[in-house]
Amino acid sequence: MALDTKSETRQFTVVGTRPLRPDGIDKVTGRARFGADMTAPGMLIGLVLRSPHAHAKIKRIDTSAAEAIPGVHAVVTRADFPVIGDNDFIADILDNCMAGEKALYDGHAVAAIAASSGAIARKALKLIKVDYEVLPHVTDVDAAMKPGAPVLHEGRANETVPEGMSSNVVARYEFGHGDIGAGLAGADRVLERTYRTEATHQGYIEPHACLAQMGPDGQADLWCCTQGQYMVRDTCAAILGLKQGQLRVTASEIGGGFGGKTTVFLEPVALALARKSGRPVKMVMTRSEVLRATGPTASSSIDIKLGMTKDGRITAGFAELRYQGGAYPGSPVEFGAMSAFAPYDLDHVKTVGWDVVTNRPKQAAYRAPGAPMAAFAVESAIDELAKGFGLDPLEVRLKNAAREGTRASYGVTYPAIGLEATLRRAKDHPHWTAPLGSNQGRGVACGFWFNFGGNTCVSMNIAPDGTVNVIEGNPDIGGSRASMSMMAAEELGISYDQVRTVIADTASLGLNDVTDGSRVTFAVGLATIEAARDAKREMCKRAAMVWGIEEDAVEWKDGAAHPAGPNAGSHPPMTLAEIAAIASNTGGPIAGHYEVNAEGAGVSFATHMVDTEVDPETGAVKILRYTVFQDAGKAVHPAYVEGQFQGGAVQGIGWALNEEYIYGADGTLQNAGFLDYRIPVASDLPMIDTVILEIPNPGHPYGVRGVGETSIVPPLATIANAVSAASGVRMADLPMSPPKVLAAIKGA
Amino acid sequence: MSRIHVTTTINGDPVEYLCDPEETLLDVLRDRLGLTGSKEGCGTGDCGACSVTMNGRLVCSCLVLGAEAEGAQIATIEGMAKGETLHPLQRKFIEHAALQCGICTPGILVAAKSLLERNPDPTEEEARYWLAGNLCRCTGYDKIIRAVMDAAAEMREAS
Ligand code: FES
Ligand code: FES
Repeated sequence: MALDTKSETRQFTVVGTRPLRPDGIDKVTGRARFGADMTAPGMLIGLVLRSPHAHAKIKRIDTSAAEAIPGVHAVVTRADFPVIGDNDFIADILDNCMAGEKALYDGHAVAAIAASSGAIARKALKLIKVDYEVLPHVTDVDAAMKPGAPVLHEGRANETVPEGMSSNVVARYEFGHGDIGAGLAGADRVLERTYRTEATHQGYIEPHACLAQMGPDGQADLWCCTQGQYMVRDTCAAILGLKQGQLRVTASEIGGGFGGKTTVFLEPVALALARKSGRPVKMVMTRSEVLRATGPTASSSIDIKLGMTKDGRITAGFAELRYQGGAYPGSPVEFGAMSAFAPYDLDHVKTVGWDVVTNRPKQAAYRAPGAPMAAFAVESAIDELAKGFGLDPLEVRLKNAAREGTRASYGVTYPAIGLEATLRRAKDHPHWTAPLGSNQGRGVACGFWFNFGGNTCVSMNIAPDGTVNVIEGNPDIGGSRASMSMMAAEELGISYDQVRTVIADTASLGLNDVTDGSRVTFAVGLATIEAARDAKREMCKRAAMVWGIEEDAVEWKDGAAHPAGPNAGSHPPMTLAEIAAIASNTGGPIAGHYEVNAEGAGVSFATHMVDTEVDPETGAVKILRYTVFQDAGKAVHPAYVEGQFQGGAVQGIGWALNEEYIYGADGTLQNAGFLDYRIPVASDLPMIDTVILEIPNPGHPYGVRGVGETSIVPPLATIANAVSAASGVRMADLPMSPPKVLAAIKGA
Repeated sequence: MSRIHVTTTINGDPVEYLCDPEETLLDVLRDRLGLTGSKEGCGTGDCGACSVTMNGRLVCSCLVLGAEAEGAQIATIEGMAKGETLHPLQRKFIEHAALQCGICTPGILVAAKSLLERNPDPTEEEARYWLAGNLCRCTGYDKIIRAVMDAAAEMREAS
């Protein structure tokens, strides 16, 4: 699918406007139904018993006392799940949902119960006796790599890992080109630094929740908050030995995900309890369970070597990245290693990534997984070198910026991209030259994300009265129903109000990949446009039939079929509504379809700028002003594009300043609540200004690029660079919490 | 354990229920009365998703016992629109795209309404501090604050 050649000059009528979202009223009145808002007749409440130990052998589980409590209908442990063959990916997910031989982190599920009320379930949970043999644990990435560190699993390292390393090191990745030694030799200065970031949680406000039902015939229904109902279906079917077509998954409205709801935690357990009890089972996590047992992102430790000439040319970039992704293989270090230097056009670049397991919860994707930590390291190093030479940090980035034709550090050659445009706009923006007060400093940094396309399936139904339904299969996590309706209206030439987009369950539409990789507006949008084109072809055919002319003598314009070409004759145009009204007489209902495994998502770049004030007495960092410059390709609904820019920037601010997983000496999480795991609140922040650049993505008919993830990539370094400018101290260890900043100031 | 009989008023409607002594008002609203517009983001008073007013005072319903509602006037998100007419805050939230996922929205609307009843002309900073107990992870608060300020301006003009 290529960009329409006309697209750069195309005048859009609906795309680019800001209509009201169709689910708005439901969501401001409390009517919208989220994961925990569903009930079923005869429903039981399910609860999970979790390991209090960071690492322990499970010697025996005695559930008899719990089962004897009146009102308890089912108890499950790992013994109630089938043994998974050699599919490590599914086996790890099952083991994470319900521990097997060992509990691998504080909060790891070891048993679950379904009872007629929450109170009975809570009481019965306490009667499950688990006999643990506590084992030594490790939660820090560098400690876990040391020979002699407590080992989680033997034999999980793949062939990329050299002999002799700790068994906790499970994969190694390498990217790059050129000759680092030669590049560094050409530098006027080489900077070597180590940077560390702590794990942060996606922090969606809606805890995981689901409602499962299963009959003895194997037909099952599952309602849950997820970023992908098909992923839930396929994963649960594999874990429980069900047929995909027998398990229907309906996605509730979703109260945030940011990647954290791209896997399953409760769902297979709820289905197992429903199967065993013969009753519907509802499960809802507490906040503490969300923090202890779902997927935060990885923590990282990164070494950088960066060479620069005194006029600001980067001669070589090297990064060694170590990410721990919790108790199972799969930290996002590969994406970190691929993205670290992606914004720059470098002759000599190399990255090495190490995937490491520790006694922490299995990480899940978090908005541009793996990229923010890598960008923190690289963008901090660039800033430090540029400042050392007295160079303008935006000019240095412009001098090294990747552009069309640049060979990226991870191997691809870029088509048209928007990095330079964001940098130039940043330089021209009044924010860049606004005066600063004492203890205040300004920082900038860039960020990159790949974006994704993937499996996508869309249907479009034309109702007899000429209104239109778009049927798509991706949960609406931030206004995407509106964007789909807009693209459908644009393509059909009708008004936005005539289109309503709904989200199908897994039985009602073909497979759609999860809402991730910023793929929905791009890939589902593309499929919506193509489904509309399919419907238009059918409508032109119907008009041709009515007019008694050839199909190819009809064209679609402004919401109507028109005769076109020398042999068409003259007929008054037939509108969509007129064609729909007589569909029964011209061949039956009219619908459009499109299925694709979409490619060409179009990479995305951003530049962020921040002013901070550092309190020299307390070390507290205040965000005074923040501006996001990002390429959206084409902003379909600019208000929701701005919302993605703002939301990602603020999650990055939290990551930079406050948020962290804090583990005690016993390996248990010390801050499993929103009081102590502190995400940014309204009074911490200024308005977040946004500048949308539109460099069309050649891979989408309207030029759309994904916008959701890139915005979390630059903030960590942007803020660290501003803190350095404000206070003179270079923070290489996140979060930049007041005690750490104060200690750095005192030590400086 | 015997249940407690409670007679109260919710969004103007007389309501009676039986609840356990340790049951929260949020659980009563959601699980006994089917008023699932109030959300549970934490259950510990830290997120504001469960915000309701009790006798005009903004509270986290997860920190109030169901039994404490005896004789009280409770207002929840379900009572905010009057028939087909949305409250100006509700309308402005949609117009300003002040919600992405919408899970925080009911609590923030209840809290913002409570602010404007006390202070019809808040500064941006006052609005930010009043809403500091309501977490939103999606929006970065920018559009929420704009929607609140715009609704306040419209309500001042109308009154
Ligand atoms: S649920 Fe009551 S404050 Fe979070
Ligand atoms: S809109 Fe999602 S938490 Fe506020």
